[in-house]
Amino acid sequence: MTSSDPFETRRIDEPRLSSGERAEPAQQVPGPDGPGETRSLDQERDSIEGRLPEGYLLQDRYRILGVLAVGGMSAVYKARDLRFSKVRRICAVKEMVNSANDPEVRAIILRNFERETSILATLSHPGIVQIYDCISQANRSYVVLEYVRGRDLETVLAETKGFLSEARVVGWAIQICEVLSYLHGHEPRPIIFRDIKPSNLMLDEYGRIRLIDFGIAKMFQTGKKGTMIGTEGYSPPEQYQGIADPRVDIYALGATMHHLLSKRDPRMEPPFSFQKRPIHETNPSVSRELVEVVNRALEYDVNDRYGSAEEMQRALMSLRSAGRSGGTSPFGTPTAILSEISPLWRFASEDEIRSSPAVHGGTVYVGAYDHNLYAVDAEAGEFLWKYAADDGIASSPCVYEGAVFFGSADCLLYAVEADSGRIRWTCPTQGKVWSSPRAAFGHVFFGSDDRHLYAVNVHSGQVAWTFETEGEVRSSPALGEEAVYVGCEGGVVYAVDTGGNARWRFRARRGVTSSPAFTDEMVYVGGKDRYVYALDVRSGWLAWRYRTDGPVISSPAVSGDVVFVGSADGHLYALDAGSGRLVWRHATGGQVTSSPIVYDDAVYFGSVDGCVYSLDAKTGDLRWRFQTDGPVTSSPTAADGVIYIGSCDRYVYALPA
Amino acid sequence: MGFLRDLLTGKERSPREPAPAEPAARSALSRFEIGWATDVGRMRDHNEDSALVIAAAQDGDDSQPLFGLFVVADGMGGHRSGEVASSLAARVTAHHVARQCYLPSLMDRQRDADQPALTEVLVGAVRAANDAVSQQVPGGGTTLTCALVLGSQAYVAHVGDSRAYVLDQAGLEQITHDHSLVDRLVETGQLTRDEAAVHPQRNVLYRAVGQSSALEVDTYVRRIPPGEHLLLCSDGLWDMVSGVDIVALIEQAPSLQKACDDLVAAANEAGGRDNVTAILWRSPLE
Repeated sequence: MTSSDPFETRRIDEPRLSSGERAEPAQQVPGPDGPGETRSLDQERDSIEGRLPEGYLLQDRYRILGVLAVGGMSAVYKARDLRFSKVRRICAVKEMVNSANDPEVRAIILRNFERETSILATLSHPGIVQIYDCISQANRSYVVLEYVRGRDLETVLAETKGFLSEARVVGWAIQICEVLSYLHGHEPRPIIFRDIKPSNLMLDEYGRIRLIDFGIAKMFQTGKKGTMIGTEGYSPPEQYQGIADPRVDIYALGATMHHLLSKRDPRMEPPFSFQKRPIHETNPSVSRELVEVVNRALEYDVNDRYGSAEEMQRALMSLRSAGRSGGTSPFGTPTAILSEISPLWRFASEDEIRSSPAVHGGTVYVGAYDHNLYAVDAEAGEFLWKYAADDGIASSPCVYEGAVFFGSADCLLYAVEADSGRIRWTCPTQGKVWSSPRAAFGHVFFGSDDRHLYAVNVHSGQVAWTFETEGEVRSSPALGEEAVYVGCEGGVVYAVDTGGNARWRFRARRGVTSSPAFTDEMVYVGGKDRYVYALDVRSGWLAWRYRTDGPVISSPAVSGDVVFVGSADGHLYALDAGSGRLVWRHATGGQVTSSPIVYDDAVYFGSVDGCVYSLDAKTGDLRWRFQTDGPVTSSPTAADGVIYIGSCDRYVYALPA
Repeated sequence: MGFLRDLLTGKERSPREPAPAEPAARSALSRFEIGWATDVGRMRDHNEDSALVIAAAQDGDDSQPLFGLFVVADGMGGHRSGEVASSLAARVTAHHVARQCYLPSLMDRQRDADQPALTEVLVGAVRAANDAVSQQVPGGGTTLTCALVLGSQAYVAHVGDSRAYVLDQAGLEQITHDHSLVDRLVETGQLTRDEAAVHPQRNVLYRAVGQSSALEVDTYVRRIPPGEHLLLCSDGLWDMVSGVDIVALIEQAPSLQKACDDLVAAANEAGGRDNVTAILWRSPLE
C-alpha cells in the first residue's frame, strides 16, 4: 500500500546481513528501513550530517533523547512527548530524507507520505504499532510512533540456540494471521503489508507480535540503476510483477515461518527456493502437518495458497488443537501407502544368487553359488536348462552373438550356447573369475583374480591380449569406443585401449571392485575408500569425487545428468553428473552393494536388508519395496516392464516395474 | 625426450591491445585457437569487466594435453570498486588454478586420489576470489565465470550472470544458469524468457563474488566436440545481441579474434548499454 516499488533491492554497496550479524545490537523500534539492514558508508554519512542532535526539540513537542538506529535514507530516534509533561511518555520518531532533486518528484513523495500515514493513523489493532503524529519540515519527514519494548523475530531467532519450538512459531503465526485479516479487510480497499519478514515483526514485552514497518521509507528511495545484488527473500514471485494481492502476505508469512523453523535465511538462498529446501532437512522435529501448512502458503501459484489469512489461521489453529491431543506426526515415518507388489514368478536355485540376471530373447540367464548357470523362461519363470561349472558363480552372465559368457570361482570363463546351454569353449585363467564379462568388437572382456584383464575372441576362445594390473580384477570392464575402463583391488582404475595398452590410470586410496560407467565426458566409479569418483574420460584427471560413509562396491548407473550409486553406508545416492553434488539419497536398512539400474524414470536396486527397492529417479521417493528372505546383493535387470533380480534366499524374482 | 615448450600468458588484456601473433605452424599451441575482446560499451564511462586467458601447450611424445583457463568477471560497486573487484577476482582465480592443478601436473604425471579434484580446485579458486574481494574491495562485488579446458573437455565454475555457452552443430547452448532474480522467475513459471529479457529487474543478482562469506559455486563439465566452440561472455553481450546473431557472427568471422571483435561491435551497435566482454575458444581437432 505504501510504495511504488513493490519490492526492495539493495545496491551492491549495502552489505548483506545474515541473521547472525546485525547493525545494531538491540533495536527496540522499527529500524530506519526496517531493522536488520544497513546502508553504505556514503549514505550513512549523508544522513549523519543532518541528524537531529540529542536534546533537539521537534515541533516544540518531541524532545530527542538519542538515536535508536541509523541507515541511509532514514534514522530512528527515541524521543519524549512533552505534551504530557507530568509523565514520561516515550515515543519513537522515524525520520526520512526527501532527497529527490526534481521539485515535482519531491512534492509527489510528500503527498504520498501524507496520504499513507493518514491511512495508517486510522488503523487500530493491538498487533499494529500505533502512529501518533506525522510532521514534514524542510526536506525531511517524520513519523511519531508508539515505542515498543521487545525484540524483533530476526533477533529472537539469532539469539535462540537450537530451534524455536513449533508451538511458539505457530502461536506467532496465528497472531500474524489475525493482523493480516484486519489489514486485508480494511475498507474501502484492503491494505497489503507487502513486507512480512522476521525483522518487521516485533515480539513485545508481553509476548505479543506487533507489525512494525509499513515501508513508508521506501517512498523516499529514488531510482537505482545498474547491476544489483540482493533480493528480500520473503516475497512471492508475483510481487516482482507489481501484483498486489492479499495472498502476497500469505506467501511472505509462509517464508517467515520457513525461516523461523528451518533456521535457513532465505536471503542467502536462491529466490523462491523454499520448496527445494524442505524444513525437515535442517529441523526434523517439525511435524508433517505444520510443514504442509507452510508449504501451502508458499505455493508459487497464488490460487494454490490459502485464499485468505483467516483460512490459514484456521489451519494453524486446528494444528494447535491436534498438537494438544498428540495428533502430530514427526518426519521420518512415511505415511504414504506403498502399493503392495507381488512377484510375477520366482525361480528357486539351490544356493545364494549373488550375480545379476541377464535377459535375452525371452530367456533369463542367472548364475548361482550352487555352481549352475540357469536358463529360465522370462515370461513364466519355468526352467529351460542349466549348465554346471566346477565352483560357484558370482559373475553375471552376458549374452552376445548367440552365446552366454560367465565366469566362475573355478578360474574359468565359460561360453555356452544361449539356446541349448551346450558348451562352446572355456578360457582358463590363473585365478577365480568374479568379474562379469562384457562383449563387443567380437571380443569378450573380463578380469580375473590372477591380476589380469582379458580380451578373448568370442568365437574361438583365443586370448587376444591380457593386460596386467596391480590387483585382482573383480570389477567388470566398461567398454567404450576407444577404451576399456576397469578397476582392480589394488585401487587403480585403468583406461586400456582396444590394443591392450594403458591410456591412463587413476589411483584411488583403496581397492576398486565397483565397475565403471562412462559418458561422453566422464568415467564414474566407486572405491572401497568410500568415494565415488568422476574421471575425465580422456585423461583420467579427477573431475570430482563424492564421499559416502561406507565402501562403494556398487557400480554407478548414469541417466541424464544424474549418477546413481549405492554405498555400504546403507544409502542409494543420486549425484549430479557434472558437479558431484548430492541430488538426493535414500536410506535402506542394510548395505547397498547391489548396482542400481534406471528404467522408466525409476531406480531399482537391492539392499542387504533383504529388500528390492524402486525409487522415483527425480525425487528419491519410495515407489515400492519388495521383501525377500535374504540379502539382495544381486543387481536388477529390466526388460519389457519386468525387473529380474536374485536374492541370497536362493530365488530369482520377476517383479512388475 | 620431446622438445618442451610451455607458454603462459596470464596478463589481462586491454581492449586496444592487438591480437597475439599467430604461433608457428604445427606447434601444439597453434592448435589452441582463441580470441577475446572487452569494451566499455556506449553508455558507461569505465569498464568494470575483466577478461583473463591462460593457454599452455607442450610439443613432443608423451606431452601434456592442451591446458586453458578463461575467466570473465563483471564487477559491481561504486567508486571504481567494480573493476577492482573483477580484476582481482580473475587474477586470484587464475593463480589458484595454476598453483593447485596446472603446476603440479607438469611434474607429477600420475593421477591419484591424493590430488584435489578439478571441480574442487575450481570451487576453491572462486572461493579464494570471494575472500580476496570481501577483504580487499569492501563494497565491491563481481560475477565470475571461468572455464578450465583440458584437451576437449571444459570444466566450468560460475557465480552471477556472466555466461558460458557451447556452440556446436545443435546451435548455441547455455551451460551456466544465471543467479538472477528473473532467472528464478522464469524457472518458477512467472515469466517467459522474452519477458525476462526486458524485465526492469533483470540486473538483480542473488549471488555474486564478494558478497557473503559462504559462497555457493556452480560447476559444470562439458565435452566440446573437436572444432566446436566455447564462449564466455558478460551480460553486456547476451543482453544486447540475440543468440541467433551470436551464432551468425561467429560462423561468418574468418578468425576467432575477429569473431570476438564483431560480437563487441554488435553489442555496441545495439546500444552498448553495458560493458561487453567475450572469450571464444575452439576445441582442437584430435
